[in-house]
Amino acid sequence: MKSYILPDFTIERDNTRCNNCRVCIKQCSYEVHFFDKEAAQVCAEEANCVNCQRCVVMCPTRAISIRKNPNQMRTNANWSEEAMKAIYVQAETGGILLAGMGNGCSHPIYWDHILLNASQVTNPSIDPLREPMELKTFLGRKPEKLAIKNGKLKESIPPNLELEVPIMFAAMSFGAISLNAIKSLAWAARQEGTFFNSGEGGLHSDLYEYGKHAVVQVASGRFGVHARYLEEGAAIEIKIGQGAKPGIGGHLPGEKVGKEVSETRMIPEGSDAISPAPHHDIYSIEDLRQLIYSLKEATNYEKPIIVKVAAVHNIAAIASGIARAGADIIAIDGYRGGTGAAPLRIRDNVGIPIEFALAAVDSRLREEGIRNQVSLVISGSIRNSADVVKAIALGADAVTIGTSALIALGCHMCQKCYAGKCSWGIATQDPNLVKRLNPQEGQRKAANLLQAWKHEIKEMLGGMGINAIESLRGNRLMLRGLDLTEKELQVLGIKSVGE
Amino acid sequence: MRALDAKSLDYKALNIKIKSYLSSGIKELVLDNVNGQRFIGDGLKGNCKIIINGIPGSDLAAFMDGPTIEVHGNAQDGVGNTMNAGTIIIYGDSRDTLGYSMRGGELYIQGDVGYRVGIHMKGYLAKQPVIVVGGKAGDFFAEYMAGGIQIVLGLNLKQEEKLVGNYCGAGMHGGVIYLRGDVDPAQLGKEVKKMAVTEEDLNIINKYVVNFAEYFKMDREKIMSKSFIKLIPYNKRPYGNLYAKW
Repeated sequence: MKSYILPDFTIERDNTRCNNCRVCIKQCSYEVHFFDKEAAQVCAEEANCVNCQRCVVMCPTRAISIRKNPNQMRTNANWSEEAMKAIYVQAETGGILLAGMGNGCSHPIYWDHILLNASQVTNPSIDPLREPMELKTFLGRKPEKLAIKNGKLKESIPPNLELEVPIMFAAMSFGAISLNAIKSLAWAARQEGTFFNSGEGGLHSDLYEYGKHAVVQVASGRFGVHARYLEEGAAIEIKIGQGAKPGIGGHLPGEKVGKEVSETRMIPEGSDAISPAPHHDIYSIEDLRQLIYSLKEATNYEKPIIVKVAAVHNIAAIASGIARAGADIIAIDGYRGGTGAAPLRIRDNVGIPIEFALAAVDSRLREEGIRNQVSLVISGSIRNSADVVKAIALGADAVTIGTSALIALGCHMCQKCYAGKCSWGIATQDPNLVKRLNPQEGQRKAANLLQAWKHEIKEMLGGMGINAIESLRGNRLMLRGLDLTEKELQVLGIKSVGE
Repeated sequence: MRALDAKSLDYKALNIKIKSYLSSGIKELVLDNVNGQRFIGDGLKGNCKIIINGIPGSDLAAFMDGPTIEVHGNAQDGVGNTMNAGTIIIYGDSRDTLGYSMRGGELYIQGDVGYRVGIHMKGYLAKQPVIVVGGKAGDFFAEYMAGGIQIVLGLNLKQEEKLVGNYCGAGMHGGVIYLRGDVDPAQLGKEVKKMAVTEEDLNIINKYVVNFAEYFKMDREKIMSKSFIKLIPYNKRPYGNLYAKW
């Protein structure tokens, strides 16, 4: 069958710079570059190129640049090149289109339509470099009221996670990403006083030393879930859904199920790791309560239980149900949340923006008088520290970062995580590629990112005249909407700029 | 041995008592008048034994790692949910999602089991969990099975009653199912194939039937005298060709 699919990229090699050292051949995990003996020079099979930028960065003479294929098809506003390509691919394969990373559609990014306040004249701003500034965050159930007897709390506070910065690393499994990538995040979480998340692939034995900084996940596939795993984690997360693929389960492609992933997940080597769409013991809020309490019983009520869901249409009512089912923390993942693999049409068309989900859930839980029963952790494309500050002012207790954390480790967003060939050693299990990510370097970069954001958050808080993140939480008066409709402002619960 | 009356205790109070008895070094505990209390034995470790007189509630022995539990009565949903090691013997029937994502240990049920039993069972090298059902199983038996051994004996089946329900082994990609008797291929998930048992299979079956016969005081030879078939996945990647890379 003759393929109509054109290469996405074209590779320009400056032959005045290229000295045929062949580093690009060695570095490319997609088998793009090769040495042509007849031409006596390095050439490229452009159809294989995913634009991961590995060869560009590693080329010692900076001879390579990758550009979007300059060829232009006869497109119109309705039929883009991408729309046509999708049909060619499906006509040739009959397959479900599988994509990596988050929804990149051109819908509005609402964080960018929300602006922060700063103090002028009254309530003077605070200089965080010289004055104390508190970012400490506690995640978990808070009591209705504090009863004090003889100078001490009458009842013990339910278990809470203590964070030095309101940012955690998102759930990314051993399988989806490499052990070196997880080790980098685990070390950085410990260093900076926050948490990483095992994702649904279990905890590799090398990661037990980071258990006090691990959120361990229980997903429908129950991979790697056993008593010690539950004991080691600081908190347990029941994964119901994720923003990139609400309503469906996960398939870790067999290409990424090598010996160690197979051992950690207890499935045959090379098989797809299948997570069913639902947990088959959860068909209702009452059933969810049963799993929450099953986990609490198994861990003697010592750990907060998180329930993670995707942001979907009735998220406020769903979150209310989750709170009433006994969860201590609700994690909500917006429709731009990343993934190692998701069907393209689901990734790009299912779910809602996290900004609206967060505002709706926070408002609903307050109206119902149960906001103290749960903490809210949100995710789904937190790209910088300003997004974090806006999320907290909208009502989040903390955020998690996945894609941002991977970019810190060197990810260049080629969005081919499902292929298992990640040339940066992140989304792969190939031992030769995994070792490209040096965990010592990775951990430093991940920790640096958290430190940098921490400083920036303090600067923004100081500017607002606030010296504790607690005073910003749910403080929507610090936000104004730019270029939003009346209805959008209403759901977000914020005023327009100028008001 | 120590006895504990579960009457009018809620699950939290009962489980605290069970754990405090066991942590004081008691190796065998008898629970009387159990009546629907959930989560008994959740996350328990070690080699203790719990004998339950009555009907335990859902998620009995979830995440359990070692102990032995005998249930003298029927059991509800989610028995042995994500269990890692240990043995559960049920002198009666059990309901849905028994042995969900089991990773190790053995479950013996004298009577029938409900829907979606033994789904997503795992297995790695020598660590292979086992479920032996004396009666029949409901729909979606062993769905998504990735490892381990599941045996349905179909003892005392009535006329027209079937060993398993529909969609047996749907999405299966590892492990093995043994059925004592035959199954209509229309009842099977499209990912499984029916095969004749080998001598080696019969040895495996016999090993667990010996236990079953001993626990439930039955005649091993009589159970083994009927022929078995086995179900295995066609392929360890049933959905490998479902996707096109974007």
